[in-house]
Amino acid sequence: MVPLTHYLILSATLFSIGVLGVLVRRNAIVVFMCIEIMLNAVNITLIAFDRYLNQHDGQIFSFMVICVAGAEVSVGLAIVIALFRNKPTVNLDELNLMKW
Amino acid sequence: MELLIFYPLALVSVGLALGVVLNKNPIGSAVCLIGMMLGLAAVFVLLQAHFLAILQILIYAGAIMVLFMFVIMLLNLRDDDKIWKVRERNIWLSSLTGAMMVGVLYKIIDIIAGAEFNAPAKVPDEFGTVEMVGTALFTDFVLPFEVASILLLAAMVGSVVLAKSKVD
Repeated sequence: MVPLTHYLILSATLFSIGVLGVLVRRNAIVVFMCIEIMLNAVNITLIAFDRYLNQHDGQIFSFMVICVAGAEVSVGLAIVIALFRNKPTVNLDELNLMKW
Repeated sequence: MELLIFYPLALVSVGLALGVVLNKNPIGSAVCLIGMMLGLAAVFVLLQAHFLAILQILIYAGAIMVLFMFVIMLLNLRDDDKIWKVRERNIWLSSLTGAMMVGVLYKIIDIIAGAEFNAPAKVPDEFGTVEMVGTALFTDFVLPFEVASILLLAAMVGSVVLAKSKVD
């Protein structure tokens, strides 16, 4: 049987990789993908705790996380398309119109 | 026995996640992300969350990644990241944030490892099936379910309005 710690370490590793990608990459779409990695890492934690505590609340919660991820991606990619129409780049360092 | 299944799955998932970050081509990143989603679906099956595993494949690896692919190909981003560089301006802040986050996560895992979670609970056979999750969803969690539907409706309307070419 796999101990719970293994799942938590997997989840923490994936979350760290997602944060690394968000901090390091400059392509807006790849940054979105890294956010998806982070959401997935959280789902692993929720479902693992669910299994080890014999409850199903965490599965409902990760269902909601998937819903929010879908909403976030559709709106985010629409924003990327709208930005691309104004200025043909997805480089996040060049999109600094609202920077103070 | 389960460890023998878990370790390759975890290694493949972590490797593909690194592939998402390190790939130069956005299409390559998207393909790596699809592989990672499928690996995580297998991890969910290992945790007896069958319904969530199917949802993971349908929604993440299916719908969301098709949306990503569609936008990447629509914008034609092939040569955008040819010069792959770290953002120079905030490199110190980034490394500080990353170190702090890894420290916090390590501490949390350390605390949990001391608790008595390492023996999994005895679960009934129907744990994680559509029936059990659906029953919970439509009895105890009706309100969050309806709120999620409103959220999806708002996201749908919002993305249509945002991606529309010109406001009349």
